[in-house]
Amino acid sequence: MSQVSAADLGLPEGEAPRFASAQEVAEGLQRTGYLPNTAIASVVYLADRLSKPVLVEGPAGTGKTQLAKSVAELTGSRLIRLQCYEGLDESKALYEWNYRKQLLRIQAGEILDGSRDSEATATWEELEENIFSEEFLLTRPLLEAIRSSDPVVLLIDEVDRVELETEALLLEVLSDYQVSIPELGTVRATRLPLVFLTSNNTRELSEALKRRCLYLYIDYPDLEREQAIVRTRVPGITGELAEQVARIVRSVRGLDLRKLPSVSETLDWARTLVVLGVSSIDATVAGETLHILLKYQSDIDKAAKELLTTANEAFAKQPLQKH
Amino acid sequence: MLELLSGFVEELRSAGLPVSTTEHIDAARAIHHVPIENREELKAALGITLVKSAWHWPTFETAFDVYFANRFNSAEPKETEHLDGAAIEGDGATGKTWLRSHTSAIDGGLDVPSSEELAALLYEALVSGDVGLMRTVARHAVTRYAGVEPGRPVGGTYYLYRTLRKLDLDAVLERLMLTARPSGRPWTALEERLARDEYQFRIDELRKVIEAEIRRRLVLDRGARALAKSIRKPSPEDIEVMHATREELAMLHRALRPLSRKLAAKLVRRRRHGHRGHLDFRATIRRSLSTGGAPIDPRFRHPRPSKPEIVVLADISGSVASFARFTLHLVYAISSQFTRVRSFAFVDGIDEVTRLFEECDDPAESVARISTEADVSWIDGHSDYGHMLVVFSERWRRSITSRTSLLILGDARNNYHATHAEVLADLKRRARHVYWLNPEPREYWDSGDSAISAYAPYCDAVVECRNLRQLEQFVSELA
Repeated sequence: MSQVSAADLGLPEGEAPRFASAQEVAEGLQRTGYLPNTAIASVVYLADRLSKPVLVEGPAGTGKTQLAKSVAELTGSRLIRLQCYEGLDESKALYEWNYRKQLLRIQAGEILDGSRDSEATATWEELEENIFSEEFLLTRPLLEAIRSSDPVVLLIDEVDRVELETEALLLEVLSDYQVSIPELGTVRATRLPLVFLTSNNTRELSEALKRRCLYLYIDYPDLEREQAIVRTRVPGITGELAEQVARIVRSVRGLDLRKLPSVSETLDWARTLVVLGVSSIDATVAGETLHILLKYQSDIDKAAKELLTTANEAFAKQPLQKH
Repeated sequence: MLELLSGFVEELRSAGLPVSTTEHIDAARAIHHVPIENREELKAALGITLVKSAWHWPTFETAFDVYFANRFNSAEPKETEHLDGAAIEGDGATGKTWLRSHTSAIDGGLDVPSSEELAALLYEALVSGDVGLMRTVARHAVTRYAGVEPGRPVGGTYYLYRTLRKLDLDAVLERLMLTARPSGRPWTALEERLARDEYQFRIDELRKVIEAEIRRRLVLDRGARALAKSIRKPSPEDIEVMHATREELAMLHRALRPLSRKLAAKLVRRRRHGHRGHLDFRATIRRSLSTGGAPIDPRFRHPRPSKPEIVVLADISGSVASFARFTLHLVYAISSQFTRVRSFAFVDGIDEVTRLFEECDDPAESVARISTEADVSWIDGHSDYGHMLVVFSERWRRSITSRTSLLILGDARNNYHATHAEVLADLKRRARHVYWLNPEPREYWDSGDSAISAYAPYCDAVVECRNLRQLEQFVSELA
């Protein structure tokens, strides 16, 4: 059953799986400085084993894009990135004919032949075959990832930004790892790339797309993991300070705010504290640096009120805030 | 294993998750690759392949716990191993010694600790935050307090309630806070808050462990299929706003923010890529001159979609209050789609609350302020739609123009007061549209004191809005 995927897709057999177990993925990612939880390690492992793309969703700044980068680093692959935006089309995502070069080729042919003689019609088919060959093809990220002979990690970033109709462009690539070019035929992958799609969930993606992908939701990390992330990514931070940072951030996330602090903001905050030479966070330090963690004034006010006011006031508010 | 998986997929489908055959096959292939004795990895593998939306995750988790509850007993860590490493302070020592002398009997369930011993054990588990110890506490607490009766077709909420009441976790929290208080100096607000959050987190953790333990026993008793049926949870989109429990309301609240963001993005997109305008006859004829009079290239007017003006009248009395709040929140979150939004809150009196939303840029906070700051009672604080309409018409009738869409939120339960539907008829003549959103199921309309059919003739539409899905759909059509 484990060989089903490659055979099904008519792909070259014998490609060794990249990882032996989810455990190995976890350890490998840790070496690159990315701390995965079980779900993240499993999804990377299964994506490789099942030859399926991974759709990663979650709040902004929780390391969705970073995951693809780290996997690329871990597997020694080239990272090919397709940044999605509204209005993205075939010619930017898949391929495009280099029509300038095609024109040049036609004009050059006229000059070299010397004249437009009566045989021109006979050579037209030759010419057509000639100008629609790979030489005149401009590969865009998707095709490039398929054709590459080196190992590749393909990152399709913020896929929720393209229109629903454009999503369909991706489907052939994602399910069969192939691209059909009318003039050339079908280009199949020689090596299966690992594919990651990220989405900030600004709209519901189509069922067709979701069905073809494994799904990973990266939420804000729990206390231990966030603490570990801070310690790995912020050089020179003491264990005690990292713990305090993680605990305060957890409490802040418990509040009802417009924008909750993301991991990248936690890291910014931790770095700031290290630069400022803070060894332990008290109310004053927290009050002065809260604006790094939170981006809206109303959020900052609320957090300061909830976390930093005197015990009696905070206690009086307890039942309200619980509700 | 494959049979178990089929049953599990079946259960997910009955709970409302759209699991396709492809995904079922993927899951079957996935469990081929993971060590199935490892609970976490198996759960991850199934979740990755079967669940395609974060909203469905809680449903999946519950179903997983039920279906795979009794497969991992051997994999659970031994309580005693954890104990030695954990730092144990204060009078926790009683629990420790007790546990030492009784380890052999733990799974036999013969030697149940006394309630004092159990309390000490509980305290210790919370101080150390040790999951293994929590499991022991949960096991004994359930045995001792839950009084599980075999064969009763219940979901376990009652057992959970009984166990928690006996454990009295609030008192334990206060005791933990007292012990943790630093000696010799007052606690700063930040320290206190962090400590409280930490212990609260552990208590929530314990609650989950107890819930899992109860569930495990119920599965042993009645089998996974039967239990899954009785604890099936609707996904947040389908929760009935009117009857939501406090936890469900919190869940709705969390779901609302991304929902409104998504809705706003969708509407902007639609406006930008909207349909073409009407045929521009003059330009088409002019254009046709170049093709000898044949109108080959029809011209269209540029569409100028007018943004509607919204006036919301929201019933904020008792049972429909949360519905009104959600709707107001949603309307204001996409207020950029409207020229103007004015909102009024009423019970039997009516008051304008627009300023609350204008003063503050966070709709959630404004909505919270309505109940304290709006002056909405007139006589007795029971809904009186008739009086509300009369007062509204007297004071604000002139603000309703041919560009206004009037939105009334409420169940039309009028407490047998006069309906004054003629006022609504008058407003309807002035306004562009009148919509009535009713959070009650359609079957209950016109039962008892519901006067919805008295008002219905004067509305363009009376819409049933029981859950977020229906609400979202209505709002996106409105804009």
